[in-house]
Amino acid sequence: MKETPLSNCERRFLLRAIEEKKRLDGRQTYDYRNIRISFGTDYGCCIVELGKTRVLGQVSCELVSPKLNRATEGILFFNLELSQMAAPAFEPGRQSDLLVKLNRLMERCLRNSKCIDTESLCVVAGEKVWQIRVDLHLLNHDGNIIDAASIAAIVALCHFRRPDVSVQGDEVTLYTPEERDPVPLSIHHMPICVSFAFFQQGTYLLVDPNEREERVMDGLLVIAMNKHREICTIQSSGGIMLLKDQVLRCSKIAGVKVAEITELILKALENDQKVRKEGGKFGFAESIANQRITAFKMEKAPIDTSDVEEKAEEIIAEAEPPSEVVSTPVLWTPGTAQIGEGVENSWGDLEDSEKEDDEGGGDQAIILDGIKMDTGVEVSDIGSQDSEEEEMIILEPDKNPKKIRTQTTSAKQEKAPSKKPVKRRKKKRAAN
Amino acid sequence: MAGLELLSDQGYRVDGRRAGELRKIQARMGVFAQADGSAYIEQGNTKALAVVYGPHEIRGSRARALPDRALVNCQYSSATFSTGERKRRPHGDRKSCEMGLQLRQTFEAAILTQLHPRSQIDIYVLQADGGTYAACVNAATLAVLDAGIPMRDFVCACSAGFVDGTALADLSHVEEAAGGPQLALALLPASGQIALLEMDARLHEDHLERVLEAAAQAARDVHTLLDRVVRQHVREASILLGD
Repeated sequence: MKETPLSNCERRFLLRAIEEKKRLDGRQTYDYRNIRISFGTDYGCCIVELGKTRVLGQVSCELVSPKLNRATEGILFFNLELSQMAAPAFEPGRQSDLLVKLNRLMERCLRNSKCIDTESLCVVAGEKVWQIRVDLHLLNHDGNIIDAASIAAIVALCHFRRPDVSVQGDEVTLYTPEERDPVPLSIHHMPICVSFAFFQQGTYLLVDPNEREERVMDGLLVIAMNKHREICTIQSSGGIMLLKDQVLRCSKIAGVKVAEITELILKALENDQKVRKEGGKFGFAESIANQRITAFKMEKAPIDTSDVEEKAEEIIAEAEPPSEVVSTPVLWTPGTAQIGEGVENSWGDLEDSEKEDDEGGGDQAIILDGIKMDTGVEVSDIGSQDSEEEEMIILEPDKNPKKIRTQTTSAKQEKAPSKKPVKRRKKKRAAN
Repeated sequence: MAGLELLSDQGYRVDGRRAGELRKIQARMGVFAQADGSAYIEQGNTKALAVVYGPHEIRGSRARALPDRALVNCQYSSATFSTGERKRRPHGDRKSCEMGLQLRQTFEAAILTQLHPRSQIDIYVLQADGGTYAACVNAATLAVLDAGIPMRDFVCACSAGFVDGTALADLSHVEEAAGGPQLALALLPASGQIALLEMDARLHEDHLERVLEAAAQAARDVHTLLDRVVRQHVREASILLGD
């Protein structure tokens, strides 16, 4: 399905609100939405919710032979998929640009920054190494896929345990989880992406744009950092022009945000670890009961309503009285009148040509194809049963209702509300 | 490679340059007669070729036409003989697609698309020697200028890295492969606006400013060179036309 286009008034509204430093959900410019992390029963499976954006991450591993030019390193493979349930616009064939962009960003952020020690994934140099595969699925798109995906990826990697392996001489023994506890991956640092959306050619910026804000933004700047304030990736996209100090400012903001998010992640991991150790219930099934993975919860935006009355009074007092409603019609020419404001309706011309007989004033000879316009007014005989024709009744309070028979095929024959001195309704009835 | 010093004690790099020096740049415009605009650039060992067609009618689906702007279409292709090992799939793989997207976004910002509504501008870049994004952007700028498409300003790009506390400008293949942080920057020199910024590998936030500055300075140097090339080309062309 094609994406529903954003209407101009909605776009204007969003931009105006941003100019006044207001966001639709009540956040401040540098606020993130609520992040929730839940884990599945298997190691390496997690769902991350950033507001309503939901990403599912799953890590799996396999023993393979290494790449030829890197014989002692394991292989990391990332795959982000935009599931069709995430948004109506995501279709199997259509999403290539966005998909390429997101995948490349994920790869660069996680692979090039060497967050995982790939040398520790080597089992037998040149023959067997671990291939770690991270699969991310976007389950719901409400803006800022990159951040949610990066959090999901790193959480899943931290949560994952691979089977233990021991090498004795030439023998390689792979232990099942029952024989030996699986081993966590060795992770050096946790890079997390922070997105900045720019509006009005870089004048305003927002952190963590939601879907509406993404539609009206000029461009996006993504900075991936870890909690040691090392920048892992920077990517500016969307054709915005940045200035150097904007980039530096954004990197400072990103530093703060990443520290907060990293804390959250560590706490979530700790909690899960505790629950598993104590033998409590864990996994997604647990979260169904308290509606964590089955519902979208929107927190109440904190709004201060204590002084609403005073503010309302002020506004009402300062406002001008509403303008008078013009109820009397304005007569332009005989047979043409205007009620209310608005542009003159050009369809009124058709009415005039019909009423030639009555008023003698209509000059327009509007010849519509196929119209059997009897010059005016005769009451057509009800006898002719042409099913294509429809009847049109034009009611006038001072005259008998006229019946004008016209053919339905031409759309031009739809009579617009014409400008009669009094309001009237047109009825179309199928000829019976 | 163990023991490879990217920056010696005296401040010399592997190929003998200083920290802020660019590689030798040679460029030519008007390389192909068929295309509306074309350019060839050599930056050290990296060679990039860019060809521009347009503005012309939208090909393919008319639905993509924008009513008030031109559509910029970029395709990046890396020759199979460009890297150390022969590449199997020169286009269609993710890296090429990403490069194409980034080029497109850079040039959409720089080209005055409002002047050519409902038209399409195609930029094709072929790159030999796994070099960088910078050579592609520079080649594409020259090609767009050769085609006579109005732009806000030159788009000059350069890469920068960070080794041993010093920011290096214009990385060569060896320095890139060493795995340190790399920054690619596309700049509009007159206003100093950054059209595209891309960075890989870990760099501490405190060093970001220095690296950005080094890249920006290098981009401005590239601009001086490109400017000279363009003027030379115009001079030659006007001589041929007999002005």
